[in-house]
Amino acid sequence: MPEMTYREALKQGLREEMQRDERVFLMGEDIGLNWGGAFKVTKGLAEEFGVERVRDTPISENTIVGAAVGAAITGLRPVAEIMFGDLITLAMDQVCNQAAKMHYMFGGQRSVPMVIRTVFGGGKNIASHHSQSLEAWFMHTPGLKIAVPAFAYDVKGLIKTAIRDPNPVMFFEHKLVYDKKEEVPEEEYLIPFGEAKIRREGADVTVWGTFIMVHKSLEVAEELAKEGISVEVIDPRTLAPLDKKTLIESVKKTGRLVVVSEETKTGAVTAEIAAMVQEEAFDWLDAPVKRVNAPDTPVPFSPPLENFFIPDKERIARAIREIV
Amino acid sequence: MNADKKTLVDLYKRTLKVRLFEEKVWDLFGQNLIPGTLHLYLGQEAVAAGVTAALKKTDWIQSTHRGHGHVVAKGANMNAAMAELLGKKTGSCKGKGGSMHITQFDVGVLGATGVVASGIPIAVGAALSAKMRKANEVVACFFGDGASNNGTFGESLNMAAIWKLPVIFIVENNLYAMGTPIKLTCPSQDIAARAEGYCIPSTVVDGNNALEVYEATVKAVERARKGEGPSLIECKTYRMRGHSRFDPAKYRPPEEVEFWMSKDAVEIIKKIAIENGALTEKETEKIRNKLQKEVDKAADFAIKSDYPAPEEALEDVFAEVN
Ligand SMILES: Cc1ncc(C[n+]2csc(CCOP(=O)(O)OP(=O)(O)O)c2C)c(N)n1
Ligand SMILES: [Mg+2]
Repeated sequence: MPEMTYREALKQGLREEMQRDERVFLMGEDIGLNWGGAFKVTKGLAEEFGVERVRDTPISENTIVGAAVGAAITGLRPVAEIMFGDLITLAMDQVCNQAAKMHYMFGGQRSVPMVIRTVFGGGKNIASHHSQSLEAWFMHTPGLKIAVPAFAYDVKGLIKTAIRDPNPVMFFEHKLVYDKKEEVPEEEYLIPFGEAKIRREGADVTVWGTFIMVHKSLEVAEELAKEGISVEVIDPRTLAPLDKKTLIESVKKTGRLVVVSEETKTGAVTAEIAAMVQEEAFDWLDAPVKRVNAPDTPVPFSPPLENFFIPDKERIARAIREIV
Repeated sequence: MNADKKTLVDLYKRTLKVRLFEEKVWDLFGQNLIPGTLHLYLGQEAVAAGVTAALKKTDWIQSTHRGHGHVVAKGANMNAAMAELLGKKTGSCKGKGGSMHITQFDVGVLGATGVVASGIPIAVGAALSAKMRKANEVVACFFGDGASNNGTFGESLNMAAIWKLPVIFIVENNLYAMGTPIKLTCPSQDIAARAEGYCIPSTVVDGNNALEVYEATVKAVERARKGEGPSLIECKTYRMRGHSRFDPAKYRPPEEVEFWMSKDAVEIIKKIAIENGALTEKETEKIRNKLQKEVDKAADFAIKSDYPAPEEALEDVFAEVN
């Protein structure tokens, strides 16, 4: 099996779906010939499939998403790219009022099979308008599915599932995982939505996290193992649908939970997870659920400030130690 | 005039059908049978009639918050349309949409939307889809003078123009956005003037004259089908009633109201049809009686239909994955 970066695996998934289904097309700012996407995910695809199907757009986020909606309800399978997750704010009406609600408010007359790809996360010192993690806004919007792949293997299988889903899918990536490598099969495979992955089994505490925090948690687990603390690490892979079962079973086994994400703490996805677990597994908890998040501030620019903002391994380890 | 007699009859029928539908809606509303609010299309019937008469069944329209007229003119099942307004299970959206989302996809309605100007990008996307599918379908996108001040208007005109998409922007300029007159919100009083900056040909027509609207739309449809790109048609028109449920529209000067009330869309197209020998006075009455019966039947159907069961609120959030 070849090793591949997350970026390559994602591109391979897009390529396979475009080869398989001629209704699939990509649209977004600078995704085509001259640039290949701000993070180079689509580089080469315009050459391969033509500029009609790998379509550069004007800087018009609301209309990019709206046009994807219009194309989706009339028989195509658009994959719209928003260059940075922060800029989805300009398209919130089309995402949350149109794409998410159409199937419901029109009584199931039409589904909206589309994917919106965008990228979250800090760590690149590009400050408040290019670094946020806004997953919670969309988890709070009924009608959207949400994928949060953190590994190369997952990103390929999940993008293919996303494209085939009849519903609008928010496909969130993270800037710091594009270069991470993993063995990725060359043949086709799909990863179903709503199935979390236990990345490391453990007995003393469950850590549930997203994106780069999964990678950091795994490193922490490795280090704590030397001290005799056995950490189980769960990567949800999709937030909607959410695999509650895997998490609840894990908590019933370990009796302890730490939730970790790069989101600002208040109202984060992790807050929802903590609430859900205390509702469904309160009797099994031996300690309060611990949350590790960014502080409730915009993402700062200067390296010492940003490093302070983004949860690091030490904070994750400290939270674990506090409850085991 | 390039409309034949058959077309004049069609225009009369569509205009009148929308009028009778809306009058019935107003009536049911008065009886407290319609929950929530409504934005009546009374006064603007000629726009929907003229545009849809120039389209094929396989063409699309994008509607707005003032959408009943668009949907009915496009050929919607009136029973399902009326039932939707009453919040019934038999409504086209199973009672989940109501007035502001009245939609019948199978007759070519992409959607009706409660967010002003949000339909414009969707129409552009449907036109992109038509072009990419090589389907030769055209999309007519309705929106108001108020909507043309939203960012999606500029984004969408631009995108449609650079990609030469088969979309026709239909501005229903009824001179007001709720209570705000266009005088306060648009530097040129013609929205159509804005199209030039996007290299989109535009025209201004009397929106109370279904024939004028039709003829302008026919030209735009031809252009779209030939792959020459979008057009914009500004239809000057006027609401016969207030903006929504309880708006008495006191902010409109009496002379202005009087002027527009004298330009009744149904009377105008009826006169044209009779003058051109397409219909006799008697035939117009026969058509009216027939349409009235259809509308009455729709109302009856809607009233007799059941409400959805409360738990149905939980259905339809997602389409099933197969
Ligand atoms: C984005 C947005 N802003 C405000 C409103 C409230 N609103 C509903 S209709 C309307 C006026 C719309 O005017 P226009 O586009 O001219 O359409 P008309 O009502 O005259 O048909 C407003 C402000 C809304 N629904 N959506
Ligand atoms: Mg108006």
